[in-house]
Amino acid sequence: MTDTTVTTTKKDWSSDQEVRWCPGCGDYSILTAMQLLMPEIGTSRENTVFISGIGCAARFPYYMNTYGIHSIHGRSPAIATGLALTRPDLDVWVVGGDGDMLSIGGNHLIHALRRNVNLTILLFNNQIYGLTKGQYSPTSEVGKVTKSTPRGSIDTPFNPISLALGAEATFVARTHDMDRGHMQEMFRRAHDHKGSAIVEVYQNCNVFNDGAFAAITKKDARTEMLINLTHGEPVRFGADGARGVVLDNGVARIVDVADVGVDALVIHDEAAPDPSVAFALSRLAGDRHSPTPVGVFRAVEHEDYGVSLNAQLAAAQADAGPGDLHALLHSLPTWEVS
Amino acid sequence: MTSTEERSTDIREVDRIVVRFAGDSGDGMQLTGDRFASASALFGNDLATLPEFPAEIRAPAGTLAGVSAFQIQISDHDIHTQGDAPTVLVTMNPAAMKSDLPKLEPGGTVIVNTDAFEDRNLAKAGYDANPIEDGTLDGYTVITAPMTELTKEVCKDIGVKPRDAERSKNFFALGLVSWLYSRPTEPTMQWIREKFAGKDLVIAANEAAFKAGHAFGETAELSASRLTVRPAHLPAGTYTNINGNTALSWGLVAASQKAGIPIFLGSYPITPASDILHELAKHKNFGVRTLQAEDEIAAVGSALGASYGGHLGITTTSGPGVALKGETLGLAVSLELPLVIVDIQRGGPSTGLPTKTEAADLMMARYGRHGEAPLPIVSANSPSDCFDAAFEAVRIALRYRTPVILLSDGYLANGTEPWRLPDVDSLPDIPVEFASGPNALNEDGEDVFWPYVRNDDLARPWAIPGTAGLTHRIGGIEKEDGTGNISYNPENHGRMVALRDERIKLVAESYPATEIEGDADGDVLLLGWGSTWGAITGATGRLQRAGHRVAHVHLRNLYPFPNDLGEILQRFEKVIVPEMNLGQLSAMVRAEYLIDAQVISKVTGQPFTTGELVTRIEEMLR
Repeated sequence: MTDTTVTTTKKDWSSDQEVRWCPGCGDYSILTAMQLLMPEIGTSRENTVFISGIGCAARFPYYMNTYGIHSIHGRSPAIATGLALTRPDLDVWVVGGDGDMLSIGGNHLIHALRRNVNLTILLFNNQIYGLTKGQYSPTSEVGKVTKSTPRGSIDTPFNPISLALGAEATFVARTHDMDRGHMQEMFRRAHDHKGSAIVEVYQNCNVFNDGAFAAITKKDARTEMLINLTHGEPVRFGADGARGVVLDNGVARIVDVADVGVDALVIHDEAAPDPSVAFALSRLAGDRHSPTPVGVFRAVEHEDYGVSLNAQLAAAQADAGPGDLHALLHSLPTWEVS
Repeated sequence: MTSTEERSTDIREVDRIVVRFAGDSGDGMQLTGDRFASASALFGNDLATLPEFPAEIRAPAGTLAGVSAFQIQISDHDIHTQGDAPTVLVTMNPAAMKSDLPKLEPGGTVIVNTDAFEDRNLAKAGYDANPIEDGTLDGYTVITAPMTELTKEVCKDIGVKPRDAERSKNFFALGLVSWLYSRPTEPTMQWIREKFAGKDLVIAANEAAFKAGHAFGETAELSASRLTVRPAHLPAGTYTNINGNTALSWGLVAASQKAGIPIFLGSYPITPASDILHELAKHKNFGVRTLQAEDEIAAVGSALGASYGGHLGITTTSGPGVALKGETLGLAVSLELPLVIVDIQRGGPSTGLPTKTEAADLMMARYGRHGEAPLPIVSANSPSDCFDAAFEAVRIALRYRTPVILLSDGYLANGTEPWRLPDVDSLPDIPVEFASGPNALNEDGEDVFWPYVRNDDLARPWAIPGTAGLTHRIGGIEKEDGTGNISYNPENHGRMVALRDERIKLVAESYPATEIEGDADGDVLLLGWGSTWGAITGATGRLQRAGHRVAHVHLRNLYPFPNDLGEILQRFEKVIVPEMNLGQLSAMVRAEYLIDAQVISKVTGQPFTTGELVTRIEEMLR
């Protein structure tokens, strides 16, 4: 990351490529949020890299006037890992959808998270395969009827936040494409986090899965359906904060505050070393029609993998001196022939 | 027997000996062979080794499946293989005798640990009677020693428990063989002290066992079997005994140093390639970063990401791993970034024979990606040659900004030979240039940077993130020639396919002239690649001495082929391709040059011997 603040505008961050998502796609608002946020972050375009896999979301790098790779399906966390470990001076962002990151690339995602590689990972979750025209995804709900599940999906979906917490992620957050300010806040915090950060973005696919999150993200529903997690505050939501969350034998349960009193509510601690409470909160998003937490579930400090790796290199050089090729070639027993 | 041989101080000189150590996986035969090789190397012999071991870490003890063997040829002249039939076979148990006695040359010497030849072990090996007693060994010189008991005996005095002492019996065998073949003892003693530093009892036990074996030879009137091999007349220089995986690792480090960019290795453990990961992980002071990735795909993906960032991205694997990396290799072809993919080939398909050698990945290296996705292929000829092959692979990758596949195999990986160390100053620099500014004009006449503008080699600029003014996006989707923007234009795709093909063919212009060993104007050409080099070189010499006019060409570069290869092939009446597959190079040569190249195949998990090659070639020449 650069130390000097660079002054830029949204236009500087927009590439000359025509954006080719479907009209009305949630990806547009995410792109705008990002292009507006970048000048505020104050980094430089040349030190910023976006890496993606395959899918609608994965077209994202083409539209950012930075360095970027639109790679192959599922592999973006792996490619980004190699870049981040060799170039700690860069801001490396990874962008992908639920199919890319959780299905074909699930293995790379969980390992990038548990290693704590310095990556900012944006998971656009629309609960459907868009680019292949409408098959169910690993986050689609049971019973979903799609072209590949004419009698309804029988797959149990992933909860991406639960998965990330289980994978030892050090920064985990959720936002949605209807609230630019909230997206920017989450993206900024994820960017500033040392190590791997993942932000799940509920994103509407208006062609193949329209309105998937409408019951919780449309303006008039948010008060009753979105639980804003605020560090150090009781977890409560609804008009006048009438509802809240308690822990009942380790299970998060929604209650009326009037019934239990404020003191019974969970105090959100995103920095808790143990992710158990964060995991319990993540289970509240059981379907898309009940109150769902958004915000930062977990933000803990842990050594960034690249820092540890480069520290080992520095220690090796301090111990053995810089590499001496002649000495290396003579490091096994040798003999002279004259 | 002559009078001189009766005197214990007299030792018969021979020009070479082939020793095979065979025992159970738990008997330490690889270590024993390796120590014998090191002592012989320091003594000045030329040598070549072949370790053979089962894939199981501990196969059932005493069974044929569990036999682990190590063959070594030592000589007083330049040799290229581990030898055909062993002249001496050390058998630590009945299973080893059962499996390896047929390999011994007629009249050869068998050294037997008699303690292991009891009923249970005999039954496990499938012997109805004890082969030491039933005439099985008639015609061989037999040296028997109760190695286990004698080892326990000498260890008793130094306080080692019998169970622990038993583990040192391989050092008894090594001591005995070292005495028989006049190997220097000090290097082994020193090695024991260093290897087991801090474990005084283990050092004491191993030293005692070694000395007991040595003394057994002196006292058991075995003088008639005593031989020695004088040091070889090798070219002057400093030598070390090296295996292929170590040489390959050092070649990568050397190339990185000469290019001035650090190595990033992404790798997933796989036999027989893991030792390269282990070796490179040790050299962090050279700026080498290693990542043990979550899988083969992440291994190559992370290496590609590192290359994108301006490092030397490398991934090491074996055939199954190359199969998994295929899609990423296609991306690397499309992105036109440097990358080195090391394939230490093993028996296939599928899990195949993980610890046995085979060279059947050539077609996969050449064609194993979807679409038209050519990339250069380099291969190594011998353990020490892995150094040069690795250097060459990096040279091509960096100069031509392309993924390169480097082929070695299990035989080269673990086999050793003396290597005359190169002067590091004589290794050529590998120039690396990163793009630093605009390289094109847009429609408005402004200076811009386009990622797919090409140089004289048809390589595109290596424009690394962090460079101001060069921001650009690349990807696996087809790109417009020049600008690199996404393009679905039909003519553009045809042009890009042709450019990717042409630019890889240009690599051949950087090769030296192809070397022809033997009769360059002869009748028969033996065309080889990879680890068959030693056996083919030996066969060429023997066939020439038998009156045949034979030449040998061994290909370093398997794609693109050298530009002079077609003309060379046309000169010979007969082209024979010995290879450890069903005929992959021969098929490629037939397709490329329309010549009737004949294959000699061997796919048994074992390398060719010189003798069998000579026999099969003579059959074809009849």
